[in-house]
Amino acid sequence: MKAAVIVSPGSNCDRDVQVALRQSAGTDPIMHWHGDADLPDVDLIVVPGGFSYGDYLRAGAVAAHSPVIREVVARANAGVPVLGICNGFQILTECGLLPGVLMRNAGLKFICRDVDLRVEAADTDFTRDYVNGQIIRIPVAHNEGNYFADDETLNRLDGENRVAFRYCTSEGEVTSASNPNGAARNIAGILNEGRNVLGMMPHPERLADALLGGTDGRPMFDGLVEALAAAA
Amino acid sequence: MSEITPEVVAEHGLTPEEYERVLRIMGREPKITELGIFSVMWSEHCSYKSSKFWLKKLPTEAPWVICGPGENAGVIDIGDGKACIFKMESHNHPSFIEPYQGAATGVGGILRDVFTMGARPVANMNALRFGEPDHPKTRHLVSGVVAGIGGYGNCMGIPTVGGEVNFDPSYNGNILVNAMTVGIADTDKIFYSAAAGIGNSVVYVGSKTGRDGIHGATMASAEFDDDSDEKRPTVQVGDPFTEKLLLEACLELMATDAIIAIQDMGAAGLTSSSVEMSDKGGVGIEFDLDLVPVREEAMTPYEIMLSESQERMLMVVKPGREDMARKIFEKWELDFAIIGRVTDTNRLVLKSGGDVVCDIPVPPLVAEAPEYERPWVPTPPPAPLSAEDALASIDTSPIDALATLMASPDLCSRRWVWEQYDHMVMGDTIRRPGGDAAVVRVHGTDRALAITTDCTPRYCFADPVQGGRQAVAEAWRNLTATGARPLAITDNMNFGNPERPEIMGQFAGCIEGMTEACLALDFPVVSGNVSLYNETNGTGILPTPAIGGVGLIDDIRGPMPSAAFAAKDEDIVLIGATEGHLGRSMLIRMLADRDDGAPPPVDLAAERRNGDFVRGLITGGLVSACHDVSDGGLLLAVAKMALSGGIGANLSIPAGRGPALAWLFGEDQARYLVTTLRAEGLLATAKAARVPAITIGRTGGTVLTVGDGNSISLSDLRNAHENWLPSYMAAG
Repeated sequence: MKAAVIVSPGSNCDRDVQVALRQSAGTDPIMHWHGDADLPDVDLIVVPGGFSYGDYLRAGAVAAHSPVIREVVARANAGVPVLGICNGFQILTECGLLPGVLMRNAGLKFICRDVDLRVEAADTDFTRDYVNGQIIRIPVAHNEGNYFADDETLNRLDGENRVAFRYCTSEGEVTSASNPNGAARNIAGILNEGRNVLGMMPHPERLADALLGGTDGRPMFDGLVEALAAAA
Repeated sequence: MSEITPEVVAEHGLTPEEYERVLRIMGREPKITELGIFSVMWSEHCSYKSSKFWLKKLPTEAPWVICGPGENAGVIDIGDGKACIFKMESHNHPSFIEPYQGAATGVGGILRDVFTMGARPVANMNALRFGEPDHPKTRHLVSGVVAGIGGYGNCMGIPTVGGEVNFDPSYNGNILVNAMTVGIADTDKIFYSAAAGIGNSVVYVGSKTGRDGIHGATMASAEFDDDSDEKRPTVQVGDPFTEKLLLEACLELMATDAIIAIQDMGAAGLTSSSVEMSDKGGVGIEFDLDLVPVREEAMTPYEIMLSESQERMLMVVKPGREDMARKIFEKWELDFAIIGRVTDTNRLVLKSGGDVVCDIPVPPLVAEAPEYERPWVPTPPPAPLSAEDALASIDTSPIDALATLMASPDLCSRRWVWEQYDHMVMGDTIRRPGGDAAVVRVHGTDRALAITTDCTPRYCFADPVQGGRQAVAEAWRNLTATGARPLAITDNMNFGNPERPEIMGQFAGCIEGMTEACLALDFPVVSGNVSLYNETNGTGILPTPAIGGVGLIDDIRGPMPSAAFAAKDEDIVLIGATEGHLGRSMLIRMLADRDDGAPPPVDLAAERRNGDFVRGLITGGLVSACHDVSDGGLLLAVAKMALSGGIGANLSIPAGRGPALAWLFGEDQARYLVTTLRAEGLLATAKAARVPAITIGRTGGTVLTVGDGNSISLSDLRNAHENWLPSYMAAG
């Protein structure tokens, strides 16, 4: 599998994703500078977390206009899998690949902690190594993770089974107490219509190594490698 | 009529005697820019004029020390060709005036100190002290400082892995914000500040220079009064995004061989960086100030030289490499300007609009900076406090006392704080905040660093010598409890007005105690910072020599116990002697509203013996959990291990050990708790090593039981422990 990680000024989880991809794929992803619109042919594009452009204007708003993002949109529309994590999710909503926006956390504070997620759509390249209803524990670390969209959009996301993960209790109940940031319908991650673009606030790359306290994030990278190796 | 009147001299914080010295060095009346430069270079903050005499006493050497105090940060060898570079620095006064920006730029400043030496920062820590919770400003200050620290570190993508927070009325008008950064570099790629190569270009990179922070160093060298809020314009404004770009650009350039010398612009900005580079290199520097990138129009030479705008660096670049260097900074969208050159004159010469506005001989500016051996009086020894006296007014069961302490401002959970810090980014945080020390893997290796910050100011106030020892010993103990070999410390000396003999006595006492501990524990000081004049309206803070310690875990594939109970049905063994020392304890502070007696004595030989023994147990794989015993004593340590592991415990109180409360809450030093399945063998080994050890209970269940049936459920205990800080902050 050949993957590319998009590096913008202010990306800071680019190396973390690189490590997780290397662990699952056995090869290094291409670290692609945002200013270079000439993106090589790859099987997977990851837009990593961080504070692209310092989150100035709005989180992800400036990076969404980077030269390479136009190409990322074109590839996504052509069916290439695109994974946006945290600031990457924010960029994917800003550039229109995913609906809705990420607003400031309801508690108005940055929040970094492990959260429980319920897997809602295990039928994608990203989630094939999970099963529907599985509870996984991976961290969030963000200031703007409060997912918002109008009711029509939310109904559509639900109706088309495009919510990939929801915040939940350790028993899998979707409650307001288990919602760390006020996200609508406890949404932690969503898919595009083609199910080849996933944006999520939690960081699967941060718990893909037992030494760091958990491996629930690893199946995402393992699954992508399996799916894309099979496709190639 | 001279523009340098006695009033102007006084406004610059120089005494008449110091000004006489300026006149002698210059051989004429200084111009205003020159006076400004003397003023900041001779400020307490930059010159260490009151503390230098004492700092020289601290041990700074060990075989693993690559660079001790005097550079931007300390450097130690951690094997495999890697060096650990670290330092702690205060940003107290700015944080009190404008907590978010003050704390944020404190983090930014210490990050630059570390990456200017060639290290990629891998962890941030901090040591915070606030006024009493009921003080009207405290909530606002806690909120702003925590958000500022998080805001800067999170955006930079450097994990903030731990720290400490205390509340005490002595900090009501003068909080302490001490920030520490730890970085990793290759031992053959460490960068220093000495300029060299006559004619070489001096390059300015980073943000543009604005009018912010002018005279910040001078402000930081004066006491506060009721009008301190008016000093807000002297606080700098941070831009972590630019600093992230500066970090990446510097590291990219450092991977080439273009840099001869590099120095960040911290306190006193362009002045201190250029003087430092020139003095260390034994050369002169000449700038054309018209070439300095500025943010505002019509900035005077004085303003340009004294600005403390953030996110700037000064470098000397090899001839012919300027264009390559420029391209790297342009890629990162940062300013890059050749503003001058290295000369053979040993003078700092500044030109503006074609005129020479400054021409100072650098060697005397540095070497003849004032140095005072201020008068001091030793702190009178406190009257000891017997357990009987201490407990006379306390009629509480051990469990009720525990619940009170666990929910007290100083001992409650700090989760509310560290959940605002990204403590996992960079993917190497093995041990997260909330335990003894944080553990961070050295990226791509099987080694890890243990990192801690420690100080118990109420001990230092009562007995500076014992308090100084204890701060160092506790840092050493916290590192030891992770299985790490403690290697070195950075110190952040926060004290009141040094012109008062009793304050200098506190300083001298703490230095004496720290020196003894550093020597006994092979734990040298490699970097540090002094913050004096932490007073408001004549009332000083508790003496606070904050210690940042770093240790090394040689193999993360080996045994690494957690600070949490790991399994049920294990024996809990207490290592170290328990006398039930209650002087200055949290127990009497919280339950008898008193803060008297002598602090617990620190027996350094016992510290060493017990700690080395515990480290042996850990590396030998004999223990499943290990935690040091400190504030609040034995029962607090047990309760924290139980909560972190979600496993209860049943403790017995041994007979013939004096009052139960003294046994359970005494703050005797040199102690650790471990859990093991092989208690018998462990106790025998301890006996042979002449290390006191006793089995005090067993893990299991979901309840903590002490003695005969006095118990509390973990969920009640957790609520008590977790709720205080969030409730307090929400009540504002």
